[in-house]
Amino acid sequence: MSTEAPEAPKAPDARRGTLQSGKGRLADPIFKWTVGVCGTVVLVILALMVVRTTAEAWPVFAKEGFFGFLLGEEWDSGRSRTEITGTYGAWPFIYGTLVTSAIALAIALPLSIMIAVYLTHLAPSRLAKPLSYTVELLAAVPSVIFGLWGLHWFLPHVLRPFFDRLEAAMGWFFLFEGPVRGVGYLPAGIVLGIMILPIMTAIIREVVAVQPLEQQMAAYALGSTRWEVVTKVVLPASFSGIVAATMLGLGRALGETIAVLMLIGGSQSWGGSLFDTGSSMASHIAATFGEAAPETRTGLMAIGVALFLVTMVVNILARVIVWRLGQITGDSAV
Amino acid sequence: MSTATTTPPAPPRHVPLSERPPGSGYRRFKDRAASVVLTGAMVLAMIPLVLIVFEVTRRGIGVVDLEFLTATEPPPRREGGGYAAGFFGTLYIMALAVVLSIPFGIATAVYIVEYGPNRLTGAIRFFTDVMTGIPSIFVGLFVYGLLVIGWGGLGFGTFTGAVAIAIMMLPIVTRSAEEMLRLVPDEIRNASYGLGARTWQTIVHTVLPAAAPGLVTGSMLAVARGIGETAPLLLTAFGTGLVVTSFQGEPQGAVPMQLYRGALQPFEAGIDRAWGAALCLFLLVLVFTIAARWIGSRASVSR
Repeated sequence: MSTEAPEAPKAPDARRGTLQSGKGRLADPIFKWTVGVCGTVVLVILALMVVRTTAEAWPVFAKEGFFGFLLGEEWDSGRSRTEITGTYGAWPFIYGTLVTSAIALAIALPLSIMIAVYLTHLAPSRLAKPLSYTVELLAAVPSVIFGLWGLHWFLPHVLRPFFDRLEAAMGWFFLFEGPVRGVGYLPAGIVLGIMILPIMTAIIREVVAVQPLEQQMAAYALGSTRWEVVTKVVLPASFSGIVAATMLGLGRALGETIAVLMLIGGSQSWGGSLFDTGSSMASHIAATFGEAAPETRTGLMAIGVALFLVTMVVNILARVIVWRLGQITGDSAV
Repeated sequence: MSTATTTPPAPPRHVPLSERPPGSGYRRFKDRAASVVLTGAMVLAMIPLVLIVFEVTRRGIGVVDLEFLTATEPPPRREGGGYAAGFFGTLYIMALAVVLSIPFGIATAVYIVEYGPNRLTGAIRFFTDVMTGIPSIFVGLFVYGLLVIGWGGLGFGTFTGAVAIAIMMLPIVTRSAEEMLRLVPDEIRNASYGLGARTWQTIVHTVLPAAAPGLVTGSMLAVARGIGETAPLLLTAFGTGLVVTSFQGEPQGAVPMQLYRGALQPFEAGIDRAWGAALCLFLLVLVFTIAARWIGSRASVSR
């Protein structure tokens, strides 16, 4: 578009006279309202989600109290069809979700920053494109395949020997206390880390790639090495983007179900060693929902509401940061 | 060597600035070390991908044959048989989910791009973004609460499963369609108006066809995402080992659900079938993802 051309007048205004008459004059408003109604479907679905699930879960919140439910350590499901007879405390599952997500972030955050820097500043230009493409493909692999692979290959062939050694070396530290059981918090967290790595890498790579070249050139001209340019110019400027990527990754990790379910072991205890088995909020819902009595389903619904609240807060914060950054789309892999 | 010691030392050879190594030896060392570490990180990240592809192919290739695609599953202890129930269920659920989600997604994008920006489109965009982050298990809980036991009390079935998958796909379709519609140049719209077309005619006959390849790309990526969803189906379609043709009311199966249940039972034959299903699922996702990118890259309107 040439710069000096005056702004073209808005087309509909110029034709107002002909549009208001004729036998098709209702077509436009009808079309507008149709797509508008379709657009509001998203809002309706979200509103329904909040209202419907909260209403379903209300009896449990009413009995345990909101914080009593979140911090209660005992989950003793009842068998009643009509009333709440069991004790519902979600803390063991909240703990499992927090621990596995923390492990996943501890693995994925440093790796994804390093990969993003490698792809944008270090990789030979012939390699950079196919490599980032491949990393993004990793994001498309369904989580159930990660679970299968983690449970039947990665765990027995790689993690188990590694855990045994870790236990032998670090067993005095309470987080790495034996016995090594195989499934547990740590394997679930590690596989979760592999799963959120591509999403975080994709976003951080975009953020790092759009940093202004002039500043980097200026730093090089002052005699900086590449390492100094990356750590002192590029990464500080990318900070808020990295925070946003971390939160989107965290949102994913908090809500991931199947892979965690297959690797965490599914017990209802909490605390202690990272080798112990446990449950995350999502995995506990998926594992017990099928056989649960109606009142227990109410309890599971309440866990779902708590999970929804947490992921919403994390996601909205992340989106607000991403939106303020402006120029990145950020969801090539999301 | 042969020069006499009496001659004055030669002045240092001139090295152009661009060829001088930056900084001191220590800084140079740090730079090199960092490069090695970063390359190492890249290699480390590629290892799981290679391992997954390799292992899924190795374990799955022997399982997948015509029988695997056309027979239902015997008890997990026994060899043979296949995931016909899952494949049929996935096909059925995905077909319904596509019908449910893609028209809504594209219509939403049309509203955002062609009639925005205003308060409402801003809200729709924001909550569409937020919706991509909703845990899949929560979508399952919601559809369970709303349709399976709630208003309707429809019970488990194909339709409820499809609704859950459609809700997962909707934000992906909307976001990509919105991006694609924004890329359609205004000249095309103005040319259409210039010929006397109404707004809806411009959108339907000019804007959407111009963006069509991009819309197909987004929709296929959403399908690739939807095919692998397991958690919401556990709560809405429930799963079955039989081929179920009913629209609603009977539990319906799907490949990822059957894979998940097969992987967790202790018999070798069932686990082998799970690997075969993983290979099929992986190929499906791969085909959809690559085909989507390919169509997208051939689009007349592209990034």
